[in-house]
Amino acid sequence: MTLALNIPDAFSIQVINLCAAVMLLLGFAMLAQRRILSLINLFMMQGMALFASTLIVAYTTNQSHLYWSAALTLTLKVIALPWILHRLIRKLSVKWDVETIINIPTTMLFGIALVVVAFNVAQPISQLSGAITRATIGIALACTLLSFLMMITRSKAVPQVIAFLSMENGLFFAATSATYGMPMVVELGIALDVMVGMVIFGVFFFQIRQQFDSLDIRQMERIKEE
Amino acid sequence: MLIHALAFSALIWLIIGGVGIFFARDFILISNRLFPLSALISIFMALLALTAIASGTQELILPIGLPNLPFHLRLDALSSFFIFLLGAVSAGISIYAAGYFRKAEGSALGLQCLLYHIFLASMVFVMLANDAYAFMVAWETMALSSFFLVTAEHRHAEIRRAGYLYLLLAHIGAVAILLSFGVMAGSAGDYTFDAMRGFNGGEFWGTVAFLLALFGFGAKAGLLPLHVWLPEAHPAAPSPVSAMMSGVMLKTAIYGLLRVGFDLLQAHAWWWGLLLLLVGLASALFGAVFSAVQTDMKRLLAYSSIENIGLIVLGMGLAMIFSAFGMNSFSALALTATLYHCLNHAFFKSLLFLSTGSVLHATGERNLGKLGGLIHQMPWVAWLALVGVLASAGLPPLNGFVSEWLLLQSFLFTPDVPHGYLNMLLPVFAGAIALISALAGFTMVKFFGIIFLGQPREEKLAQAHDASRLSRLGLLWLGAGCVLLGLLPNAIIALLAPVVESLIYSALLLDTRTGNWMFLAPYSAERASYSPLIFFGGIAVLTLAAWHVVRRRYHDRATRVPPWDCGFPMQTGRMQDTSEGYSQPIRRIFSPFFKRTRQHPSAFDTRPRYLSIVEDPLWYWLYLPIAWLVERCTRVVDFLQHGRIAVYLTYSFATLIILLVLTRG
Repeated sequence: MTLALNIPDAFSIQVINLCAAVMLLLGFAMLAQRRILSLINLFMMQGMALFASTLIVAYTTNQSHLYWSAALTLTLKVIALPWILHRLIRKLSVKWDVETIINIPTTMLFGIALVVVAFNVAQPISQLSGAITRATIGIALACTLLSFLMMITRSKAVPQVIAFLSMENGLFFAATSATYGMPMVVELGIALDVMVGMVIFGVFFFQIRQQFDSLDIRQMERIKEE
Repeated sequence: MLIHALAFSALIWLIIGGVGIFFARDFILISNRLFPLSALISIFMALLALTAIASGTQELILPIGLPNLPFHLRLDALSSFFIFLLGAVSAGISIYAAGYFRKAEGSALGLQCLLYHIFLASMVFVMLANDAYAFMVAWETMALSSFFLVTAEHRHAEIRRAGYLYLLLAHIGAVAILLSFGVMAGSAGDYTFDAMRGFNGGEFWGTVAFLLALFGFGAKAGLLPLHVWLPEAHPAAPSPVSAMMSGVMLKTAIYGLLRVGFDLLQAHAWWWGLLLLLVGLASALFGAVFSAVQTDMKRLLAYSSIENIGLIVLGMGLAMIFSAFGMNSFSALALTATLYHCLNHAFFKSLLFLSTGSVLHATGERNLGKLGGLIHQMPWVAWLALVGVLASAGLPPLNGFVSEWLLLQSFLFTPDVPHGYLNMLLPVFAGAIALISALAGFTMVKFFGIIFLGQPREEKLAQAHDASRLSRLGLLWLGAGCVLLGLLPNAIIALLAPVVESLIYSALLLDTRTGNWMFLAPYSAERASYSPLIFFGGIAVLTLAAWHVVRRRYHDRATRVPPWDCGFPMQTGRMQDTSEGYSQPIRRIFSPFFKRTRQHPSAFDTRPRYLSIVEDPLWYWLYLPIAWLVERCTRVVDFLQHGRIAVYLTYSFATLIILLVLTRG
């Protein structure tokens, strides 16, 4: 499928690069953040950066369906999901600090290593694709991997879910920057997945807490089948 | 276009199901409106498919599913025939279900309605699918919806177990089917059936594809040794669902086998046919022997389904052998018998399953040892069950006879097969078919005699009531189908001709030389011919005459006296021959087939108990060792399981990183 695309000008490339850098920075910030409320705010900001970059890509490459994706990003990731998360933690009253399994500095060092790996791995892909900017794919991959790392190192359920959602941000960013967006159907499907996932997680939180009196998923080791 | 109308009708089924779940509390709406409406759609569909059989191929592309991967649908003679079967049989079952589900307790009626209609619609799409993707989606929908129907009463542990077994084998089968399509698509480069029809991947890959398809569809059809789910799942399901599964769903597997074996893979090796013959014979014999010794009426019918599917596969194998040797007219005869038997089995087995449903409803009893004498309380069910029983036993003038007779006729041509060992071996199969028919007859006598004749074995049976009016209508529809299929063989064979022709480019043509509307003569009138109408007339005249004579000559002079009690002054219903007693000779003769545990009471026991359990030895020889092996293998990887989510996530994280680095290099 070939599209007649406008090649973006140097200024918008700079702006997209800026957005990418912001996303990566926010990714690291989330990795380092201990408080759940700030985590949600960071997640919201990452969504905003994603929204901005999608909007710019849409404008410069003149693709109408990317506007839809941008709108979807805005409503879902900047408004709906943070709101749901806020409500959830209010209901569960879990505003306490997040314990991490590995301490924060080690995690950060590990994160830096991941970014190096991500850039290295993304290099052939970015050379292949006619991406807007070469570095964005590496950054997107790095964001995804960082979120994954966050999922591993957190022991409470809510930060894990935020990490999961932020991983989706990274994927989405890779899609818009590397391939000028996925087909609309796929995007809608992913958006639906995120929503459904959120609902399921919400139900799950209450179940976990009811069962273990805690949202610490280390408790779930007990339900292992012997 | 017909294909549009068919797809649209299937959509209406889905809508009916949706309405059913939406108004789940409104029992009257669901049972009195929705199910009869669905039956009307079935009839409409059957009529559409009937006209479609002879009217050529139609195609349709539905833009649903994934992008750039639409559903290809195709209506040809083969799919039309099977949709006709589905429509004609499901009409009766749906009408019956209207009466049956009405008394269902609990609030699951709406859910049942939804699942039932999804099940129906998915079967239509299985038959319409023209690419592997659409086929698999429909196939899995069918498997899942039927799984939930089977486990409708999931509170019973054994029903959950039956459902699990069914789901497991259905999925193993589905994987095999998917792999088979994959092999064919590998050479065709495309997952549409059109591309696969030009399969030229060589003999080896053709054989692999065929064997995988045989395994996959065999698991759904209940062929040996993949039959274990069938006698568990069919009795567990509500009776209309059992009828639908046995009557129609097993035929979708036959459809798939025909589609792959005759349509997609057109070059056959003769030994494929022999393999089908062997598998079919094993299933048929096994099913017949096991159904003869069952004491649960629905299990009995389930084993009888295995037997009939075995016969169908036997016919298919014979057709394949004939066509591999270029004897297309004989192949047409065998294939006609096969398709005919599909139709017949769908009618009579659904009829029998539904009548067991009525018995179950009226008495709450599935065990043959606690039934008896129900013909007095339930005359409608009993007489209609008698039609099904006679058809199932293969007696003229009903439908079961015609297809079995055609099958045996086609075996009579096997001496012409130009292969030294085959033409000596094949008559043995014909002999085995005769044995199987005899066993089926024995089983049916037991089924009908123990349930409906004699004296009630339990006191509560006196309160049994006949089926409700709608249920009777459903039974009547299926019974009428059995009679018509038996009386009009020539019309049916003419109907099947385009189907057979589309599969092997040769059809069984009935011209005036070989037969006419009255005489069915598949080869030539000198060789063999059968006239169901004369047969029927003869039976009717003799019966009427006998009845008349008895009534006129003896009835007036009859005097009622107490019967001679053979020296037993006290006789109860429990003293009649039981199903165990009746089938004891079979258990003796075929004892190597069974794994039996018996427990006889001693003479001094004050509360004597007799226990006899007949089990399937394959379960012990094949399934339990496999289960043991799987368990051992999982123990090996057990150390990976810590129950700690962070560790699990690390596994996938590490995998991701390694894969990324590997693809980079």
